[in-house]
Amino acid sequence: MCLAIPGKVVSISGDDPLTRMGRIDFSGVVKQASLAYVPEVNIGDYVIVHVGFALSKVDEDEAQKVFQYLKQIGELDELKEPAP
Amino acid sequence: MKFLDEYRDAELAQKFAQEIHRITTRPWKIMEVCGGQTHAIVKYGIDELLPKQIELIHGPGCPVCVTPLEVIDQALEIAARPGVIFTSFGDMLRVPGSTTDLLSVKAQGGDVRIIYSPLDAVKIAEQNPAKEVVFFGVGFETTAPATAMAIYQAAQKGLKNFSMLISHVLVPPAIEALMSSPNCQVQAFLAAGHVCAVMGYEEYFPLAKKYRVPIVVTGFEPLDVLHGILLTVQQLESGRAEVENQYVRAVNRAGNQSAQDLVKKVFKVVPRKWRGIGEIPQSGLGLNEAYGAFDAAPKFKLTDCCVDEPAECVAGLILQGLKKPHECPVFGTRCTPEHPFGATMVSSEGACAAYYRYRRQGANERVGAL
Repeated sequence: MCLAIPGKVVSISGDDPLTRMGRIDFSGVVKQASLAYVPEVNIGDYVIVHVGFALSKVDEDEAQKVFQYLKQIGELDELKEPAP
Repeated sequence: MKFLDEYRDAELAQKFAQEIHRITTRPWKIMEVCGGQTHAIVKYGIDELLPKQIELIHGPGCPVCVTPLEVIDQALEIAARPGVIFTSFGDMLRVPGSTTDLLSVKAQGGDVRIIYSPLDAVKIAEQNPAKEVVFFGVGFETTAPATAMAIYQAAQKGLKNFSMLISHVLVPPAIEALMSSPNCQVQAFLAAGHVCAVMGYEEYFPLAKKYRVPIVVTGFEPLDVLHGILLTVQQLESGRAEVENQYVRAVNRAGNQSAQDLVKKVFKVVPRKWRGIGEIPQSGLGLNEAYGAFDAAPKFKLTDCCVDEPAECVAGLILQGLKKPHECPVFGTRCTPEHPFGATMVSSEGACAAYYRYRRQGANERVGAL
């Protein structure tokens, strides 16, 4: 029920903050979603959408951190490998 | 899909799993609160990647599962009335009430419609002024901003033919109820990422402190869940009990302020009964007096009745993490998703349905066992 998926804002319509809507592209499937709760969002941003509402903007820098962390773990493992 | 596919990488999942194996020295019981996480864990076989000492306990975070039987019966009663258009998210339609379900009411001629967003229900009410349009408002904090906006817009538009049957529930009081139970075996929590996207995670600090449990806000993809488990085990192994945020790309500490503001404007915190668990104080949302006209329960003069759960169903124990689905005598035999005894077999996020689907039919979508 709390399923929410990330999509890219491709267009925005409406000026009233409460009824501002966006067309959101989920890898080819485009759906309308309310942008009422993400006033800071612009075209090109990624948002997390749940039951027709964007709930938060995806922080793209933070999204990369898990991969950097995994890379670090990998490098540490290599250091731990016994020398040939 | 960007921000999804890369978090399903099997090789990277193995790296997390290896790191969890490396640091685990003792048995730990960790509860994933959210049904969406349960679904991901069982679907991708994440629990099978973990060291044997780590047990994942599936929590009560499935709104479909915890909606009380009597509220389902109220929904059925409204939906069967002439002149009513009853709207709901799709996963409520198969949930069994005492005698029938919404899908059967629809088959018998009831105007029951599946909608994607609560705003669709408002639109249907505008288009059908001669009908009473009712929306079944269930969900956690993630969904509350959407239902709050539907009520708010209906009020702005002056709609008289729109109302909501509300059974909204809140996560932190459920965690508190679980932790204060003498049977509680949970030593740490993965908190539900999308609930926290709305609410932030300020509320969890006092819980982590009071019950000495690590609470890690966690996302829903395999790498998110494994990362959340790793952070949790790091805390458990080092004797820490802190609140951490794994799901930083979508969640900040304060949450979504404008969503919280509208939820607070439309709703108030009320006691709420959870199916299989019982009443938990301050664990639900009901309409504020100013929006009382949109409450379907008084509008349709529904009576609050008490209904007994089927005696054989152990959904309550499963929702508290005290039993696993396959420990139920009727699991997979007389209780199946086609003929469910209890709600945990109905919703795809229910632990029983996830076990039935993925633990009986092979493991083709799993990220692979170590």
